[in-house]
Amino acid sequence: MRVIHEAYEQAKAADPSAEEIMPRIDFEPYRSSILRHPTKDLRHTDPETIELWSPAFGHRDVHKLESDLTIQHNGEPLGERIIVTGRILDGDGRPVRNQLVEVWQANAAGRYIHKRDQHPAPIDPNFTGVGRMLTDDNGNYRFQTIKPGPYPWKNHHNAWRPAHIHFSLFGTDFTQRMITQMYFPGDPLFALDPIYQSITDQKARDRLVATYDHNVTEHEWATGYNWDIVLSGSNRTWMEDEEDE
Amino acid sequence: MSKLTPTPGQTVGPFYGYALPYPKDSELVVPGSPRSMRVHGTVTDGNGDPIPDCLLEIWQADEHGVISQKTGSLKRDGYTFTGWGRAAVDDDGHFTFTTVNPGSIEEKAPFIAVVVFARGLLNKLHTRVYLPEDTEALAKDALLNSLPADRRATLIAEREEDGSLLWNIRLQGENETVFLDFS
Repeated sequence: MRVIHEAYEQAKAADPSAEEIMPRIDFEPYRSSILRHPTKDLRHTDPETIELWSPAFGHRDVHKLESDLTIQHNGEPLGERIIVTGRILDGDGRPVRNQLVEVWQANAAGRYIHKRDQHPAPIDPNFTGVGRMLTDDNGNYRFQTIKPGPYPWKNHHNAWRPAHIHFSLFGTDFTQRMITQMYFPGDPLFALDPIYQSITDQKARDRLVATYDHNVTEHEWATGYNWDIVLSGSNRTWMEDEEDE
Repeated sequence: MSKLTPTPGQTVGPFYGYALPYPKDSELVVPGSPRSMRVHGTVTDGNGDPIPDCLLEIWQADEHGVISQKTGSLKRDGYTFTGWGRAAVDDDGHFTFTTVNPGSIEEKAPFIAVVVFARGLLNKLHTRVYLPEDTEALAKDALLNSLPADRRATLIAEREEDGSLLWNIRLQGENETVFLDFS
């Protein structure tokens, strides 16, 4: 990883337009990427009608209580209770309103509820680790959960993923559809994780790290984190009422 | 041009099983109902091996070319056509959507927009699947015309005898599917 990152830094120093903002899809230190990335350049094309719209979601799809991952079973899940909140904006800074946000994560011991997760850490009977919500009129999302633990994986000897929460997001255009991961500040595993490090630029990597926010923290209840998400730019011609703030 | 820098994408990972799939997610209409049509295929890697942990989403107009803005994709009522669906591949890398043939919008060649997520794939990929029938509209399509014949073929499904569309996705290697960039 060090060699790839040094080569990137040199290329960027020689030509600032070489700055990368997305992960590389062919990042050899992440073994599973080797056979699963296209080898040909993505074909630049103008989005057409259907791609200029996104699916619609409403409270018929998502109940308000689905944003609380700590109340889905009979008891309290184990771990540090946290609140995560932030804004979802498009590339022009417009809030993404009433769109679906899906989150999933490991429990406090670093174990997922999944048949392929064989990590011998305890399953928490009071935690499935899945939540859904809609953004509000200002593009805000907010959910309550417990802090996920790091967990081992088979990429290389002694490989551990930093604690993270997966996010699935929609914009106003289908071209903005994305899935990403939110990380926690100061994690010592960052430097060793090929998935996080597949983003070669430090500034871009930092965009995936939440901020501890004492204003979100609740007295005698939960610690708070803030993470804003920017989707790519919208290609749509906006109607006046959609622009209306 | 965008004023803000977008947040980077990341792999969907292997453990989305309880988060993203949901009942009837791949059934935009009821299977076997008169208007229903099956789109199916296999997702393969650079060795030609099927990928067991891939998730696909489609987004399309209805048979009249109307883009739905109706809610209810996550809670299918069996009547509302929302135009959006999600399918996880099975252990053999195979997926099936039950939907309708998309209608033409503005007299253009009809297609279904597709997004691909997978373990090992560090960012989402966009592509399209076109219907094979309207050869005149296909011949005029800007994207298809920009591609050499062998690559163009990766975006056009085959119509099977029962009316299904067969369309395979190859992430890498021979007949690699054309993936799109809109930026």
